Amino acid sequence: MIETAGLRKEFVVSAKVGKLRRERRVVAAVDGIDLRVERGETLGYLGPNGAGKSTTLKMLTGVLTPTAGRISVCGLTPVPQRTQLARRIGVVFGQRSQLWWDLPLRDSFDLLRHIYRVPAPEHAGRLAECVELLDLGPLLPVPVRQLSLGQRMRGELTAALLHRPEVLFLDEPTIGLDVVSKQAVREFLTQLGRRGDTTLILTTHDLADIERLCRRLVIVDHGRVVHDGTAEELHSRYGSRRRVVVDLDEPLAEPVTLPGVALESAEGLRLTYQLVDGTNAGALVARLAAAASLRDLAVVEPAIEDVIARLYARGATG
Amino acid sequence: MANHSAGAPVRYRTFIALVSAGFRRYSTYRQATLAGLFTNVLFGFMRTYVLLAVVGRQAAGYDARQIVTYVWVSQGLIATVGLWGELGLADRIRTGDVVADLLRPVPPVFAYLAADLGRAGFAALVRFVGPVLVGALAFDLRWPQRPATYPLFVVSAVLATVISFGCRYLTEAAAYWLLDARGPRIVWALCSNALTGLVFPLSFLPGRVAAVLWTATPFPWLLQAPADVVVERHSAGGALVLVAGQAGWAGLMLAVAGYAQRLGTRRLVVQGG
Repeated sequence: MIETAGLRKEFVVSAKVGKLRRERRVVAAVDGIDLRVERGETLGYLGPNGAGKSTTLKMLTGVLTPTAGRISVCGLTPVPQRTQLARRIGVVFGQRSQLWWDLPLRDSFDLLRHIYRVPAPEHAGRLAECVELLDLGPLLPVPVRQLSLGQRMRGELTAALLHRPEVLFLDEPTIGLDVVSKQAVREFLTQLGRRGDTTLILTTHDLADIERLCRRLVIVDHGRVVHDGTAEELHSRYGSRRRVVVDLDEPLAEPVTLPGVALESAEGLRLTYQLVDGTNAGALVARLAAAASLRDLAVVEPAIEDVIARLYARGATG
Repeated sequence: MANHSAGAPVRYRTFIALVSAGFRRYSTYRQATLAGLFTNVLFGFMRTYVLLAVVGRQAAGYDARQIVTYVWVSQGLIATVGLWGELGLADRIRTGDVVADLLRPVPPVFAYLAADLGRAGFAALVRFVGPVLVGALAFDLRWPQRPATYPLFVVSAVLATVISFGCRYLTEAAAYWLLDARGPRIVWALCSNALTGLVFPLSFLPGRVAAVLWTATPFPWLLQAPADVVVERHSAGGALVLVAGQAGWAGLMLAVAGYAQRLGTRRLVVQGG
């Protein structure tokens, strides 16, 4: 569905040097990205600010010409075939609107039907579906300018899907939303992803979005892909470990040691163990329970934030 | 993917839907409409008294009744033609929202023109009819003697709107290069005031100056042409020539606007937003 090879985008940046002289310098925002996304896949595209996420998205949607490399989206070359591509993709920008500010939401949807030339019955069917899933019914007669951000974002999602795009690009769709609105958006996207007929490309800084929605993560930094795989692969590659935190009633008579288990810290009666290389918590818990009376016990999954923060920090210093 | 039907009639329906949306969008700003109407009427009285004092019984091919009609029709045309209206393109370029326009399967010039014609439709109902009605109540206007003048005036006003759209689109598209269209807007404001026949009919100017304006600039075709059509300053044939001239300018301005949009898009897609 999407294929890029050696995708590169350079910008010329000019900076003031001395009183009159300006120095021009070429900066590669995207520096050789190879990507292959299959139909129905949901892909999380992550990276720190300035990593080249939005530039990639703009090249994939045909609003930015690559400096070098090859792109194919839905079998089309985005920039020269932008108009044809526009009928086959949908784009949601968290910080921009594609709705008509001064018209009721319903009118925006109706206009989009004409713009994308969707037959009326098909449009009505898809709209009814989105209205139900996103609870848009009461909002349809409301002018867009009177909608809250969360309500508007539900409208934006609907607007992007009414012409049944094959690929939906989402650029930070949950930015600025409250918890309830975020959940509504994620729930909707989860259902859409499960159906498998729409490829979803999601850029976000909200890692909860990624954990809920995307099996595959592509992390970019300085315009290059630094990880392409699942969250689990990311954890194992960068040494993230699950932890067992146990609160005891009494100190252990002798330390519990097991292969693949390392004691991370001991603070009074609280012990924290790391599980190395995919070791299960079961054996450790059984040994602990046999050795002492347990007050409380928790198995803590590694936080994706931590590993990604480590990855970004490494990129910044490296 | 949706089973998109293609062809000219569907494209026509898209255009009509966008025109209708433009009409509804502008009809929501009622207070602004009333304030604009009040201003047009106020200036209508001022211009009438000034021009009556200048023209006397007859001047530059207009008699007193024609000049009064000229004033009130042109007052009504200001908002209809959209002399000082903004399209919103410059702001969208500045904020980057223009990306959303490029991600739609219709050319931006097509979509903005449709919206502007919708706006003009609403303005015609309120901002044109209002001042002309007040003018008719307060003065002895000269209504067209030839029935054909009425439809010809409608065509002339629509073409004037298209020419004005082209001029404003170019002014705002300058933001693709300048990032801010304030400079070109000031130039446009000056020209649309002084060179369109709004302050006084351009026939008051020396013949050569007027000839240069009519042949080398789109400005007289925006306001003076439709006003001259409705006051029947020329013969029926002369009025037709005026409208044909407007059609030529409308085509030219749309072509130039389309070209500027293509260049602007290329700049945007090559250099980044």
